[in-house]
Amino acid sequence: MQKAIVFENITKDYSGTGRAAVHNVNLEVLEGHLVVLLGPSGCGKTTLMKMVNRLIDPTEGRILVGGTDIRELKVTELRRRIGYVIQQVGLFPHMRVDKNIGVVPHMLGWDKERIRQRSDELLDLVGLPPDDFRERYPAQLSGGQQQRVGLARALAADPAIMLMDEPFAAIDNITRTRLQDELLRVQQTIRKTILFVTHDVEEAIKLADEIVIMRDGQVVQYDTPLRILSQPANEFVRELTGAGDVMRLLSLQSAATIMSPSGEGVSGSNSSHKILPTTNLRDALGLIMSQGLDQLQVVDEEDRPVGLITLTAIRNLAGKTAGVESK
Amino acid sequence: MNPFVQFYQFFEQGFIYIFDKWERVSPFFFNHLQISGISLGIALLIAFPLGLLISRVRSLTTPVLGFLGILYTIPSLAFLALLVPVFGLSPTTTIVVLITYAQTMMVRNIALGFNAIDPAILEAARGMGMNRLQVLGRVELPLALPVMLAGIRIATLATISIATIGAWVGADTLGKLFQEDNPRKIAAGIICVVFIALVADQFFRLAERAASAYRQRQPKTATTGAKSKNKEIPLGNV
Repeated sequence: MQKAIVFENITKDYSGTGRAAVHNVNLEVLEGHLVVLLGPSGCGKTTLMKMVNRLIDPTEGRILVGGTDIRELKVTELRRRIGYVIQQVGLFPHMRVDKNIGVVPHMLGWDKERIRQRSDELLDLVGLPPDDFRERYPAQLSGGQQQRVGLARALAADPAIMLMDEPFAAIDNITRTRLQDELLRVQQTIRKTILFVTHDVEEAIKLADEIVIMRDGQVVQYDTPLRILSQPANEFVRELTGAGDVMRLLSLQSAATIMSPSGEGVSGSNSSHKILPTTNLRDALGLIMSQGLDQLQVVDEEDRPVGLITLTAIRNLAGKTAGVESK
Repeated sequence: MNPFVQFYQFFEQGFIYIFDKWERVSPFFFNHLQISGISLGIALLIAFPLGLLISRVRSLTTPVLGFLGILYTIPSLAFLALLVPVFGLSPTTTIVVLITYAQTMMVRNIALGFNAIDPAILEAARGMGMNRLQVLGRVELPLALPVMLAGIRIATLATISIATIGAWVGADTLGKLFQEDNPRKIAAGIICVVFIALVADQFFRLAERAASAYRQRQPKTATTGAKSKNKEIPLGNV
């Protein structure tokens, strides 16, 4: 897999503060991955992200995007190739939704027709019917709708890289969950390299291919959500992520991981208690508990039995990780 | 005689004078427009960069606005008299004074317009790859425009009014009509000045409304049932 973004010995030292905001960070982000920068406020995660589109320049070190040192590019050119989404959205209030989306394509010299098509296509992608929304002004949108437009605007020129700075932090819980789901859905189809900053652990676990845990300007752990929860690097990570939370761990593993191949005997025994191999184990456990069962049948898309999940298997898995936790 | 009738007759005579003797009024009328227009144009050319500067360099805001405020407190007649030795009895004296007075209102509102822009919008603009000029032209200027126009409107009204006094120091403005003890001419002068002021005021109000139209539009699907809020733009000065 290609490395989309590489941080080499990155340090940002705001003069006079004594302590570096970001200290000697080395990081490689793979193409098409959604990497979440997670940590308490002041840990340097936003600073690190803003160095990629040069809103902040590092004091030391260099950043490669697609193999090129970003200082070799014109800063405006670099930024037009990187989608940027911020918490406050920052839509231009005096421009209609379609004009907002068209800002970067316009700067890149696309013709009107192509911009119009692209803007409609993106509104569809983020779940806003173009006929209803393209002529609206930002003041006519709800917070959630504004951030959808913000996302569409960042995607407009089809950038390979997206930077998202706590994009859902200011949005109510229900809308946030929906937007997270849609980001995952959109990411399925577009496969961008995404750097996503958040301080919300649930959000990080839900969205990330990999999580970068930061503290005091340094990377503490860079790993998949599952490994961060099951093998936290230190006490800080354990506390930050709630690594001892068994349910959270189960939510990260699919039925396929502990499924035993099905015996023919049980097939069709109980038609209502079937799950797909992709179902996460938290949901599977929930179903077992609520229905008073001790096993579930796993079936494929065509309803053919492929395996069996037993309560014992889930308990064993949970016990194994919990055992690590409690020493 | 009934004062209302007197009042009515006073302005009736004024109107009659304007229509009967338009060839006498018109030079003053157009001169008045010209001197006001030139003053406002030059004032804006100075005020815009100055307003932009103090909105960028915040440490300059207080000294610059303070200095302009002091200039504004000089009575106009005294100010004109002060400049006669420098520029002589010519329209220049009046124009310099008008430019100076206009600065106070223009600079303040231009700076106010830029300062009121949400920093997140500017960060988004830069983050999307706009250069400084594009951020200024496509984002900052349109967003600051309504507040800037409010300042320009008030400066315009003050200018139109003060230009009258220029008649005593060599500017052939409508103030010339006030210099004889002739009620018909005085009434005609008042009518013309008020007319110009009203037209200018209305023009800038319409421009302000057009420039801030995006703020007042309500969603097509009016789920909130909110009535359109007709927000008055903060003027921030006299």
